[in-house]
Amino acid sequence: MQGGTRLGFVLLLTPLLLWLGLLIVIPHIDMFLVSIKERVGVGEYDTSLANYGTFFAETLYLWTFLRTAVMSILATAITLLIAFPVSYYIAKIAKGRLQSALFLLCLVPFWVSELVRTFGWMILLRETGVFSSLLQWAGLADQPVEMLYNDAAIMVGLVYTSMLFMVVPLVTTLESLDNAVIEAGYDLGGNGFSVLREIVIPHAMPGIVSGCIVVFMLSLGNYLTPTMLGGKDSLWFTELIYAQFIVRFNWELGAAFGFMLLILSSVIVWATLRLTGQTLRDTLG
Amino acid sequence: MTCKHLIAAPILGLALAGLAQGAGADTLRLLTWGGYAPDNVVEMFEKETGHTVEVTKSNNEEMIAKLRATGGGGFDLAQPSQDRIAGPQAEFGIYKPINLAMIDEAQFIPSMLAATIANTTVDGAAYGVPHIWGTSGLVLDTSKAGMVKDYTDLCDDAVAGKVSYRLKRPTLIGFAFAMGMDPFAAYGDEAAYKGIMEKVEAKLVECKPNVKTYWSGGDELMNLLRSGEVVAAMAWDTGGWKLNADNPNITFVAPTSGALGWIDTFALPAKGQADEAAYAWINFVMRPEVAAMITEAAGNFTASKGADQFASDALKAQFTASFPPEAVDNIKWYPPVPAGLEAIEGGVLDRVKAAN
Repeated sequence: MQGGTRLGFVLLLTPLLLWLGLLIVIPHIDMFLVSIKERVGVGEYDTSLANYGTFFAETLYLWTFLRTAVMSILATAITLLIAFPVSYYIAKIAKGRLQSALFLLCLVPFWVSELVRTFGWMILLRETGVFSSLLQWAGLADQPVEMLYNDAAIMVGLVYTSMLFMVVPLVTTLESLDNAVIEAGYDLGGNGFSVLREIVIPHAMPGIVSGCIVVFMLSLGNYLTPTMLGGKDSLWFTELIYAQFIVRFNWELGAAFGFMLLILSSVIVWATLRLTGQTLRDTLG
Repeated sequence: MTCKHLIAAPILGLALAGLAQGAGADTLRLLTWGGYAPDNVVEMFEKETGHTVEVTKSNNEEMIAKLRATGGGGFDLAQPSQDRIAGPQAEFGIYKPINLAMIDEAQFIPSMLAATIANTTVDGAAYGVPHIWGTSGLVLDTSKAGMVKDYTDLCDDAVAGKVSYRLKRPTLIGFAFAMGMDPFAAYGDEAAYKGIMEKVEAKLVECKPNVKTYWSGGDELMNLLRSGEVVAAMAWDTGGWKLNADNPNITFVAPTSGALGWIDTFALPAKGQADEAAYAWINFVMRPEVAAMITEAAGNFTASKGADQFASDALKAQFTASFPPEAVDNIKWYPPVPAGLEAIEGGVLDRVKAAN
């Protein structure tokens, strides 16, 4: 019997180990090895940290990374602000079939691919697009208005694409909050705001944190939305990595950028967890 | 017992059929551009030779990146531009030499074949033969941007906010020529090339407010021009001619400093497994009547001798309208890009993209 459970444990663990090893650990080791090579001549390479040096020496790259990080944090905050009331309504106020229907409505947009959704936004926002035509028809604008190719368009796209990943964890944690606790809060003299602050938010914290981490990582690593909606000024860090790998054949620098992205984003997540007094264990537990 | 037989028989049959197919016919994995392997041509080829063709559409950079990732595997025939073969070959060794004896040289336009072979020769071995050629220049809505004559005119106030070009190397080269410099002559001299690129960078940064967006895909540009959101762009000749069919005001114009001429080739990836099928494909598509079908689909002319007789009159008319004889002589053909220049250009492009 003992041997049987052991075998079962090993068998269950194998897919996870294979997944981690083959798809995550080994490629990263390989990428790290590529990133510490420096091209010195045609087909000749030296081992050095020159690529990391380039990242810090050329302010443009660091600047692009900071911009990407700040925009992603902002996108995460906006997503949270919009998703929280939505999740609260779905989890606590809506009942029965309405609840499932609303949840389904949040899911529906994700049945089409991200590319199509982004194209949808382009059709709405472009100069000859729906919004621009509506404004002119309503007499609010006397000439076509360009709403595409700026930071606001990127932000709209990012928030829209990551909404679901905030709503799902929030709904799950809020559903587990006993209604009696909220009622008790009011009975003890609390008002809407203090109940929200003292009871709902602390209870939902694990959901908020895990949602924020997912949305932040998705925004930071998003390539499609910033490139398509941002146009000439998009300047997103993943775009730089793509350009180094595909357009410039400079895999060494691209790999170094990839590593910096991994390290810096991990640092940001860690720092935010520390600042808000959360631990990864609470979040996952 | 009978049950087992019932299952085994079809499996055996399938295996035999598979073997029989494997003997004479190969699968040709073709890495090419959109329009270069139209369905009707693929169908004719498959019927005639028994080979099957798998088409993957791509572009120059992606082709090299894909082949580099596998060390030249995964595809049996690729179609990079002639100037992008020697450098990557010297650097990454992703192709194998072309056996010219396997190719029906009589089907090619001799001057184009000789030039391509010369440009794609590394260590004495030829790596490419020509297939399709064309140019890039200006696509203009002549009713609104008639004053644009050269790349630098894209920075003019008259077309402010209605301009689009790619943030890629042809733009750098085109602007350098329009500014009176010769980047091709500086290919061999990294310091001189860097100097030219610095001036181009300053110009492109200054020009940036004029640009609506940097286009990255052909369809994206078509949409911008068709909707009138962009009236002047840097693009391929075929793009202009395609739009010309819908809107006679829009057409391709060869800039005064000269259109940039490219030739897309056939090259064999180093680990290709169906060379025979690859050579068969090359010889098949270079037949004048087949080449004409490809011209119809891709919009560009081929290096096949005599194929232009089969080309449609509309396309010929568009070509002569865009290219008076002196403009043809003024086409700047890309010489092979030495390995390493892309790093200089990459820095320039990154800085232009980041500029405000």
